[in-house]
Amino acid sequence: MLTLIGRKAIGLVPVILAASFLTFMLMSLLPGDPALVILGSENADPDTIAAIREEMGLNDPLPVRYFEWITSAATGDLGRSFRTNQTVTDAITERMPVTFQIMVMALSFALLVSIPLGVLVAYKSGSMLDRIVTALTFGLLSIPNFVLALFLMIIFAVELGWLPATGWTRFGTDPVGSIKSGILPALSLSIGNVAVLTRLLRTDMISTLQEDHVVMAKSKGLPTSRILFRHALRPSSFSLMTVIGLQVAALLSGALIVEQIFALPGIGRLLIDSITNRDLVMVQGLVLFIAVVYVFVNFAIDILYSFLDPRIRHGNTTATA
Amino acid sequence: METPQQPPNADAEANTDQATRMGSQPSPAGSLILEDMGTPGFESEIAHKKKGKVGLLFYVSVFWVVLIVFCAIFADLLPVADPLKQDIANRRSSPFTNGFILGADGLGRDILARLVHGARTSVVISVTAVVVGSTVGGVLGLSAGYIRGRYEGLVMGGVNTLLAFPGLILLLTLVAFVGQNLPAITVAVAFLSIPTYTRVSRATTLAVSQREFVLAAKAMGAKRNRILFREIAPNVAMPVMAFGLIALGTVIILEGSLAFLGLSVQPPTPTWGTMINEGRRTISDGIYHLTVTPALVLFFTVFSLNYVGDSLRNVFDVREGQL
Repeated sequence: MLTLIGRKAIGLVPVILAASFLTFMLMSLLPGDPALVILGSENADPDTIAAIREEMGLNDPLPVRYFEWITSAATGDLGRSFRTNQTVTDAITERMPVTFQIMVMALSFALLVSIPLGVLVAYKSGSMLDRIVTALTFGLLSIPNFVLALFLMIIFAVELGWLPATGWTRFGTDPVGSIKSGILPALSLSIGNVAVLTRLLRTDMISTLQEDHVVMAKSKGLPTSRILFRHALRPSSFSLMTVIGLQVAALLSGALIVEQIFALPGIGRLLIDSITNRDLVMVQGLVLFIAVVYVFVNFAIDILYSFLDPRIRHGNTTATA
Repeated sequence: METPQQPPNADAEANTDQATRMGSQPSPAGSLILEDMGTPGFESEIAHKKKGKVGLLFYVSVFWVVLIVFCAIFADLLPVADPLKQDIANRRSSPFTNGFILGADGLGRDILARLVHGARTSVVISVTAVVVGSTVGGVLGLSAGYIRGRYEGLVMGGVNTLLAFPGLILLLTLVAFVGQNLPAITVAVAFLSIPTYTRVSRATTLAVSQREFVLAAKAMGAKRNRILFREIAPNVAMPVMAFGLIALGTVIILEGSLAFLGLSVQPPTPTWGTMINEGRRTISDGIYHLTVTPALVLFFTVFSLNYVGDSLRNVFDVREGQL
């Protein structure tokens, strides 16, 4: 087991290195001289520009700069923003809780809806209810999160006035207000997940329900709810988890847009602001951070997966579907 | 380089199976081509209670897609107003007032005209990105799956690295780099969609290479290129194309997402995403048609593409049936 984790962890290193190199190259190729961004004007004194470039090490060759950047990144130092003079790490710790909170809220909502719904329609597969839910989730897949965000805003913020349209309350200052300000963004984010997870669980459960151990449980006379949630949901939850890992990427991308629409001070908004302001150090740091988080989430899911499924834990892969 | 998102120790066959199915499922809206395509275990479920039959909704969807493409091609010839002409006096006109069939936007521009011309942006970006992405990705995956060895490792390593990023973030930085114009955005989207097509194509190639007819061709002494392009490629093309059809909708959504981040094609060029984003400002004043109309058009288009793609896949899906 430990060797498996170790082997997989080593496999992450080249992926992260390649990802960081790609980020660095992209940023270095971006038009616009960082020195000019710092000075804030196009017609700055050439000597000053040269001095700043020298000070920032911009005159060093690319591989040297990459090496310096990645080694200090490994120690947690991602540099300092040209614009606000805040360190990238500080900015991330300040903004991350917002993004994290809406992502968690979105995922919880998606699971709360899709697990019971998926189990129910799998149990009643072929029924009218099943067909309605299947059609509905298919429709949901075609609604972009920004469209849903605007419709939710129109209905719940402008027309009904139940929830704030934009803005954010920190969880620390007012937990209830914070949850409230996160509801609409989280709902908009979760839409794709609800559809994906429900459909996935339905398909998976239908095949699980035909397996021998379920028939066995039925013949023992166990109550239906116990069979569904204890005997069938558990094996079916493996694929659910893999997909949740993959959905983290979708959530991160979605968070970019949703934070923009609802004016939330999260990572996504910071990234967009930094891109528009050509704040290279900040963009580099953020993109690297997001890529690393994404890679690690998938790694964690991968490991969790092997813990839960004994077939994989014992290296017997023939039985996995 | 093992991908983090694949189940551990999954043998080649399980991978193949899973990835083949990946290629044939609608992706959730608002997500990227590059992400969450990996949802395993979906079979196409809707629109085909009877295999091979399509319903009314299918024809409505086809009609809608054809209409949008028609608008995109003939936008200049259609009897609609100039999409850039401003009429400040009648700004934010409601539908059917002041001579605006669908109303006017915040600068008094005709919404219908902007929708028709915006269709052009969506069609150009999505069709080009999908054709380029699926061709390059398809060939890469085909060759990687057939040649195997070090070449395959190299290709899949690159693919997995690109997939290690949340796609929209990579797209943002790319667009910031290449510029906010139609060709640049199209190329960026196409480039970023290559990895997914490569995976689908490679997985299908791995599966198809094992089939009897390939063995038969080999036994008859067919050359490598003949096997690759005459025997394997046609069988790989279908899943990749089915995937591309659904990716069309995803790319249209992508343009909308970019617009919301202020990174789509520069105004005043009309695009659906930009229209929705600009209309957003009027929501708090209780004026909704500026946002809702383009949003509905976008939704119908994406839905139609998903539905047509799903139905066609079902009609042409011979993998499990006859073989």
